Amino acid sequence: METFFVFFLNGLSYGLLLFMLSSGLTLIFSMMGVLNFAHASFYMIGAYFAYTLTGVFGFFPALILAPLCVGLLGSAFERFALRRVHPFGHVPELLVTFGLSYVVLEVVRLIWGPANVDYRVPAVLDGPLFTLANVKGVGLQWFAGAGAPEVCGPAAGNSCTSFPIYRGFMAGVALAMLGSLWLLLTRTRVGLIIQAALTHPDMAQALGHNVPRVMMGVFGGGCALAGLAGVIGGNAFVTEPNMAASVGAIIFVVVVVGGMGSLAGAFLASLIIGLLQTFAVVFDVSAITVMQQMGMQPNYDSWAYPLLKITVAQMAPILPYLLLVLMLILRPKGLLGTREE
Amino acid sequence: MAKQTYDFKPVNVGRWVVWSAFALILAVAPMLFTSSLSMTMLSQMGIVIIVCLSYNMLLGQGGMLSFGHAVYVGLGAFAAIHTLNKVAAGDWHLPVSLIPLVGGLAGLAVAALLGAVSTKKSGNTFAMITLGVGELVWSMSLMLPEFFGGEGGISSNRVVGEPVMGITFGPQTQVYGLIAVYCFICTALMFAFTRTPLGRILNAVRDNPERVAFIGYDTQRVRYFAFMIAGFFAGIAGGLGAINFEIVTAEVVGAPRSGAYLLFTFLGGSLFFFGPILGAVLLVLATVLLSELTKAWLLYLGLAFLVMVMFAPGGLSSLIMMNLRVASHGLFKRLWWPYAGLALTGAVALAAFAAMVEMLYHIKLNEALGPEMKFLGLTLHTHSGGSWGGALALLLVSTGLFEWTRRHFVRQWGRIQEDIEVRVARGMGA
Amino acid sequence: MTSHKSEFALELRSVRKSFGKTEIIRGAELAVKAGERVALIGPNGAGKSTLFNLISGRMPPSSGEIRLFGQPIQGKTPYEVNRLGLARSFQVSNLFPRLSVFENIRCAVLWSMGERYVFWRFLANLKEVNRRTEEVLDLVHLRRKRDVQVSQLTYAEQRALEVGVTIAGGSDVILLDEPTAGMSKSETANFVKMIREVTEGKTLLTVEHDMGVVFGLADRIAVLVYGEVIAFDTPENVRANERVKEAYLGSVLAQTQAAEAGVPA
Repeated sequence: METFFVFFLNGLSYGLLLFMLSSGLTLIFSMMGVLNFAHASFYMIGAYFAYTLTGVFGFFPALILAPLCVGLLGSAFERFALRRVHPFGHVPELLVTFGLSYVVLEVVRLIWGPANVDYRVPAVLDGPLFTLANVKGVGLQWFAGAGAPEVCGPAAGNSCTSFPIYRGFMAGVALAMLGSLWLLLTRTRVGLIIQAALTHPDMAQALGHNVPRVMMGVFGGGCALAGLAGVIGGNAFVTEPNMAASVGAIIFVVVVVGGMGSLAGAFLASLIIGLLQTFAVVFDVSAITVMQQMGMQPNYDSWAYPLLKITVAQMAPILPYLLLVLMLILRPKGLLGTREE
Repeated sequence: MAKQTYDFKPVNVGRWVVWSAFALILAVAPMLFTSSLSMTMLSQMGIVIIVCLSYNMLLGQGGMLSFGHAVYVGLGAFAAIHTLNKVAAGDWHLPVSLIPLVGGLAGLAVAALLGAVSTKKSGNTFAMITLGVGELVWSMSLMLPEFFGGEGGISSNRVVGEPVMGITFGPQTQVYGLIAVYCFICTALMFAFTRTPLGRILNAVRDNPERVAFIGYDTQRVRYFAFMIAGFFAGIAGGLGAINFEIVTAEVVGAPRSGAYLLFTFLGGSLFFFGPILGAVLLVLATVLLSELTKAWLLYLGLAFLVMVMFAPGGLSSLIMMNLRVASHGLFKRLWWPYAGLALTGAVALAAFAAMVEMLYHIKLNEALGPEMKFLGLTLHTHSGGSWGGALALLLVSTGLFEWTRRHFVRQWGRIQEDIEVRVARGMGA
Repeated sequence: MTSHKSEFALELRSVRKSFGKTEIIRGAELAVKAGERVALIGPNGAGKSTLFNLISGRMPPSSGEIRLFGQPIQGKTPYEVNRLGLARSFQVSNLFPRLSVFENIRCAVLWSMGERYVFWRFLANLKEVNRRTEEVLDLVHLRRKRDVQVSQLTYAEQRALEVGVTIAGGSDVILLDEPTAGMSKSETANFVKMIREVTEGKTLLTVEHDMGVVFGLADRIAVLVYGEVIAFDTPENVRANERVKEAYLGSVLAQTQAAEAGVPA
């Protein structure tokens, strides 16, 4: 029970991180019609910038500086490359971002090396935020910080799970950022324009709003969002050149499953996938174990055996993609899809 | 009643010439380039030509941008190598020369399965789905070591079964022969496809998917069938690869491979049928030769791709065709000097840029070897301001000259285009 | 397509369409006889293009029935509707830009000639398909531009090709959406002549703003105002209809165009 609750919060915080990324992607796509293949690359740059800037200025200044730098890079790319390709159509736009992801990967590998870098959670945010203990004979107990040794030590025999401070911090930053984004979209003039462009891009253009500066700002803003996600995610998870590729595919899944152009759909899909991946790791069961529970003898020579012996935990990396396939079969327009392409 | 028109199509004669030349090149190449490195590269080129042509069936002919084409090549390869092992063990009897067809059937089957889901959407969504499906298959490859062989992959021996007419496929030349035959036949078949109803409707779907529905066709069906046919040819290429390398590892289905097919097909050009053939040749040259020449080859590739997308989205083949068009009007001689200027300034700028990139890579990766490095016959000092300053200065100057030459070229080109328009209008009559 | 259950080629029964809270088509009624030529007129925003979209399957109606030769087609996909015998053109030319004029028409011919998703026969060997394509090419007077890419045609030529692609499949019911929009007087006159020729024996429903074309081409006129058909009658009766005059035809321009077309006031 206590593991469930902590895992649930872990899954939520990871889902919020995914939403930070997929919301930027959705905004760029809806506003500019460009699918930013390099979105996860900006996530990676954010993490690496944070790593370097933390070494010079400390974590919290880096938290502000790194996303700004990433945003500037994004705006520059829009201004000098993306804009040039815009008249050629959507496929070249996508391809130019694809090319960028290639180049970014190589440059990152060059500057910081091919192995993962030691980007750590800052000491002040390290450690458990609270601990849930399932005490024998008493039930669930809640402790601030780490559990007392007499309750949670190895000798006590109780099951204790801690929720890390940093995960809470991640969720906090994500919520703060998304809250500001929501305020921006609904309470400011710029935000209203962006909202209009989300569902009616042609009309917004016809009203004269898609000025190049707004485009540059939206693209830069989306990239800055991705960079911020990198700052807070890079040290919780691993910071290595491969991180862009692995997260990139998942946020694409999020956007398709949630429904193209829908922020609410992306939010829902992010949380679902975050929870799915976090919880799956716990289940060490496979079809074979279920069969064995039911008393059936597995046939080790059958061609299906290799498939059936895969545990849910082993499947954790592909669950988002299975969800994608399932969604496409059952509900192609996504969870909350609005516009048909 | 429609009047009878006699169409003399001189291009038909040209077509025979082109195809004979293609067959000739395939046949003669191994006699001209006899080193084992050349044989390796020629064999790989034959295989990748089929892959890139099948990829362009989706991209250039159908407007479908796929990020997961390696799945069909790779699964064809795995099917083929398992079949090869079965033949070697004596369980199945199949001549080695027909094993690529097994790969093709596997590619077709997988494309039928995954394509049903992938082609439900089009455009950007389709692209993302292919990426997701590609990741799915890649991740599954790590979970099923029985089929995918885990880290080491699946290996086999291609010298199995009864030799037919003395051909055992032991020597590389015989394998090349097999590849060349398949390459020619597959290329011909894929070219023929462009001249069938499905091929033409596929083009229509690329140009205007909405209108296609209003003329009676289900666009999703059209895409689905094209997807399957492309998967078939991709699988054949995979099968040839299995025979050629005698080993298949999970990376054949991975995203880097898919990315490479995309990158080079686009580099060669997706607008003309022969563009992917160019791209395939470049792919093999880059991965075999360029990667040996410099550690920065992936960076150069990415930058070349970016430049191509931004300045010549039709690829090299479209550049060639544009110039051929100018030549066919007899106006190419006006471009000799501008092109020479562009080539010279461009080469110098490229060299200066490469010098700086190589020095950077040297600092980062070869620290132990000291600050001196060789580049194009010169010795550069990575820590000295002189080397860096010199390279930078050279880069700036040559880039400036290149830009100046480019503007002149663009003016010339514009004038030539106008002249051509005039000639064409005159030829067609008002 | 020869035995029809109903005398009407196209029927609209209480067709309604809302976008969100806005109702665009508010109970449209129409019954077009086979072989009839009907012009659909109405002020801007009346819903004419929406009606075309509903009939051709581009979007489903919110409620109501649409029947093609007696068979309900509301909610069917565009290709299903087309296969049942209805073809439409678009107000903004909706062609295949990278294909030639000939290829554009040939694509539109393929399905009607029984070619499905065939990849084992060459296009060049499909005699009937090619013959019909050449026929349509001549009908829309584009033979000179046979192998020219669409992107290089003039506006009028593109509109001609648009009509060509629409009629190429031999559909019995043809919907033309403002075919002469943007053309000069002489171009329009020639175009109307061409339309009359190519729709001989077919049922035609055309959206038009040019009253001269309307009065010259149509057997009956349907007037659409605020999503309702307020009149559906012969040109003379429509001209005299008070409601129509009030809503639409009262403008000096419309009167002048009608006068020029020679329709008595």
